[in-house]
Amino acid sequence: MAKRVGIEVSLAIAEAAKLARADVVAAYPITPQTHIVEHLAKLVADGEMDTQYIPVESEHSAMSACLGASAAGARTFTATAGQGLELMHEVMYVASSMQLPVVMTVVNRALSAPLSVWGDHSDVMAVRDTGWIQIFAENGQETVDNVLCAFRIGEDRRVLLPVMIHLDGFYLSHVIEPVLFPEQSQVDKFIPPYQHPMPLHPDRPVTMGAFGPPIIYAETKKAQEVNLEASKEVILQCWDEFGKTFKRYYSPVESYHSEKAKVLLLTMGSFGETAMTAIDKMRGEGREVGLIRLRLWRPFPFKEIRQAVKNAEALIVLDRALSFGGPGGPVCSEIKAALYGEDKKPKVIGFVGGLGGRDITPAGFEEIINRGIEISQKGSENEFEIFGVRE
Amino acid sequence: MTKPEGELTWRDLEIGSIVTEAGNASQYQTGDWRSERPIFDNNKCIKCGLCYIFCPEGCIGQNAEGYFDADLFYCKGCGICARECWPKAISMVPEEE
Ligand code: SF4
Ligand code: SF4
Repeated sequence: MAKRVGIEVSLAIAEAAKLARADVVAAYPITPQTHIVEHLAKLVADGEMDTQYIPVESEHSAMSACLGASAAGARTFTATAGQGLELMHEVMYVASSMQLPVVMTVVNRALSAPLSVWGDHSDVMAVRDTGWIQIFAENGQETVDNVLCAFRIGEDRRVLLPVMIHLDGFYLSHVIEPVLFPEQSQVDKFIPPYQHPMPLHPDRPVTMGAFGPPIIYAETKKAQEVNLEASKEVILQCWDEFGKTFKRYYSPVESYHSEKAKVLLLTMGSFGETAMTAIDKMRGEGREVGLIRLRLWRPFPFKEIRQAVKNAEALIVLDRALSFGGPGGPVCSEIKAALYGEDKKPKVIGFVGGLGGRDITPAGFEEIINRGIEISQKGSENEFEIFGVRE
Repeated sequence: MTKPEGELTWRDLEIGSIVTEAGNASQYQTGDWRSERPIFDNNKCIKCGLCYIFCPEGCIGQNAEGYFDADLFYCKGCGICARECWPKAISMVPEEE
């Protein structure tokens, strides 16, 4: 039987990595990820986890050590946040192009300057194109479940790709939630042992990350793109299997009262929970509003998004990151791109909010929806608006 | 490699573009990069072997008479051999079109 435990989400993530039997953890502490790696270090030091814990001098080294471990055939886990993720940046491309299924939880944090340890999605968006599978969690349970799924998906012979699980800094990482932990035996069955088909081994030497001159580079990138896109099928299968085993079901795009709603709000991450409260209230007042929560960020679920929003008149997208000098929020611009060629599509209105840990309350979400409806009817001179900013 | 690099399609690549064949860097024609080639004047050469030591491609070899020459499949035309040959037995001449 699964155990229900009241636990801080960061600690629950470490427990999930333990349940998954991670062979190697290489990490560098950074707020708000610290409690994850602290707890992992404790589990290893107490002999509760049979894992090689590699303390490193930076996130660049953490990701590099993870690469080496994964290439040698070890199940590898790490975690980071904000500036730490940016320091890993260049090595992350190597993980995906060398097809090394490292699993990493990213505790989403704003980027300096000014210095902010609080949550938003600026860090994620800067690593958007690194070729990793990326999944956003909305609460602690989703985080734990998807850490387990991440190992199974990433290490699948048909995939072999690194996976990032995103959770909002503090909003999720530092709250205590009731979390259901599956039995060790269930997890062992759900995540088969990691077997890289061509690991680094003296008996069978291979070269990883070799020189790719112009004559071959484009082919390597096409192979990578096809592989990441094809991973969606495996992700769907994994979530399906997870649902059957653990009775919790996940999909790339979640709809909440969206079927007949004229106006839809789209969020990613923990804001979905607060937004649902606002949607409930507005629906209680007879308003035809619904919510779309985007869980799978890469590979981008084009089909599911188009299907989920096609009957709406307006789609209000809330981004927690800003593409400076660009179209506003990265999520909104991708949604617009996904819908551009559709005959039947809603008007897409972009908001940027919740930057650097700024709260958005249920009343705030109501305000965003009302302002979004106003813009959809009367238009606006701006590409997007920053919600709640003092003028 | 089963096919030459220029004929490999994306489907032919191994997982993560792993190279499974040891030593296949020898198939890479660095000579492609060359815009000048070294010409060895054996009348000036004193067989000191400095060119052989300094060539970053390791593509200079010694023939039966003890003189040196570059393997143009690999010689990238950097001119280091000519710079280091103190009797000035090596001159760099432009590659023709
Ligand atoms: S030009 Fe450079 S590569 Fe060519 S033989 Fe001389 S030292 Fe070697
Ligand atoms: S460095 Fe000059 S002199 Fe010495 S062996 Fe080479 S070509 Fe001959």
